[in-house]
Amino acid sequence: MRQIADSKHVEVLIHGLADAVAAVRLEAPADQTWALVGIRNRGDEIARRIARRLDAHGDKPPVPVGSLDITLYRDDLSEIGSQAVVGTTDIPFELDAVHVVLVDDVLMTGRSIRAAMASLIDLGRPRRIWLAVLTDRGGRELPICPDFVGLDLTSEPIEAGEHVYVHLKPADDKDQIAVGPIG
Amino acid sequence: MSKQLGNQADDYRWPHRHLLSLEELSSQDIRFLLTTALGFESVSTRSVKKVPALRGRVVVNLFFEDSTRTRASFHLAASRLSADVLEFSAKGSSVAKGETLIDTARNIEAMGVDAIVVRHQQSGAARMVSQAVGCSVLNAGDGQHEHPTQGLLDVFTIAKRLNRTDTFDFTGLKVAIVGDIAHSRVARSNVHALQKLGARVVLVGPPTLLPGGFRDMGCELSHDLDAVLPGVDAVNMLRVQFERLTSQAFPSVREYSSLFGLTAARMQRARKDILVMHPGPMNRGLEIESAVADSPNSTILEQVTNGLAIRMAGLFLTVGAS
Repeated sequence: MRQIADSKHVEVLIHGLADAVAAVRLEAPADQTWALVGIRNRGDEIARRIARRLDAHGDKPPVPVGSLDITLYRDDLSEIGSQAVVGTTDIPFELDAVHVVLVDDVLMTGRSIRAAMASLIDLGRPRRIWLAVLTDRGGRELPICPDFVGLDLTSEPIEAGEHVYVHLKPADDKDQIAVGPIG
Repeated sequence: MSKQLGNQADDYRWPHRHLLSLEELSSQDIRFLLTTALGFESVSTRSVKKVPALRGRVVVNLFFEDSTRTRASFHLAASRLSADVLEFSAKGSSVAKGETLIDTARNIEAMGVDAIVVRHQQSGAARMVSQAVGCSVLNAGDGQHEHPTQGLLDVFTIAKRLNRTDTFDFTGLKVAIVGDIAHSRVARSNVHALQKLGARVVLVGPPTLLPGGFRDMGCELSHDLDAVLPGVDAVNMLRVQFERLTSQAFPSVREYSSLFGLTAARMQRARKDILVMHPGPMNRGLEIESAVADSPNSTILEQVTNGLAIRMAGLFLTVGAS
């Protein structure tokens, strides 16, 4: 497995995402409510870290953070069947009329994002859904385009049989982005 | 993933196409199903109470016995997974015209269904159906044998109340099941589920309704509710099933009630935070006094609510495995 970004680099990337979100939010009307929703199991940790950075700016109200489990919305459920592990969705706030920044670790086909959007829309009616991803490795199968990208890997030589791994504490022992064989 | 599943191995796969009994499930299977059910809970509390997990699938409720909550619960669980549900009652059907259980099941399967939920008065009926058809079969109660989803929702309810949903480890817990143990499929399923999660089980009832065979299953047996009550974390009060009692099992309803009914006076002996459970439907004033059934200790309505998440998980996992 080869490392693409170390923990220092991951921190810079997440701060970059947070600053980009903050810039958009700064221009938005003051009465607009914003929230972060991370896709489990790494997007929710990225969302929490973005929120910490946003709240550290201190010039806007704190951003609530939710986590989303998309298993039940996956379009390949009939193929993976019982291998699917259903997690819990925890969004402790109303989504109606909120600007939701959907956060994921790796963007590839766009199918997870489609599932996440279908799930969000069943949970409420966000005013707008934004998409922030830590890395974009290309390979889209759906017309989905991120608003905020940390690390653009679309021109990196990543084989089709390889996987981009995002490791984040506390689920993993260190922060890093790496490329390696699937499995 | 590993974090959320507690002690589950990462390479674990749910292996069962059917949900027929808890006796045949491993403790890992049970913990996996309960963990899966946690993920389904929120579906019932949000504005759109539906997820697309079983879209395009068909679930059949095949009930040969009266049932209100189990049938409704399975129906709603299947609907919330976006499956289509077909209701089939024995009354006024071809069964009344003499069709056998197997023929009925095969005919229903021939319509292209993905799961059959069976309730039948004969023990083993669900397994027999599962051997005759190619789709998933879920046991919603077979005679005096098992009622797996009830056993699962009962342990799920205990775990939620006692904050054990991170591991579903019941080590150190003791649960009493009280009443007509002999005729109770709820008792059997509960014994399996509780023991596999690590709890100790004590069965309480009159000698005529308490078969000694349960001792071989590792249960403690008692005829004295007052003596058992102080030492248990939960007490599960079974319904007196007059429809299954063929002989005079106890002298009078009043005697049964005074010896084995859970009254407010008797509750004084129990721990303050004891959980009072009942699978329903209750005979108020017989096995349980109204004041107890409606007290903060009572989990009776939570059990009904939790049944939905459990049945969604059961349908999702079994249909997904086929």
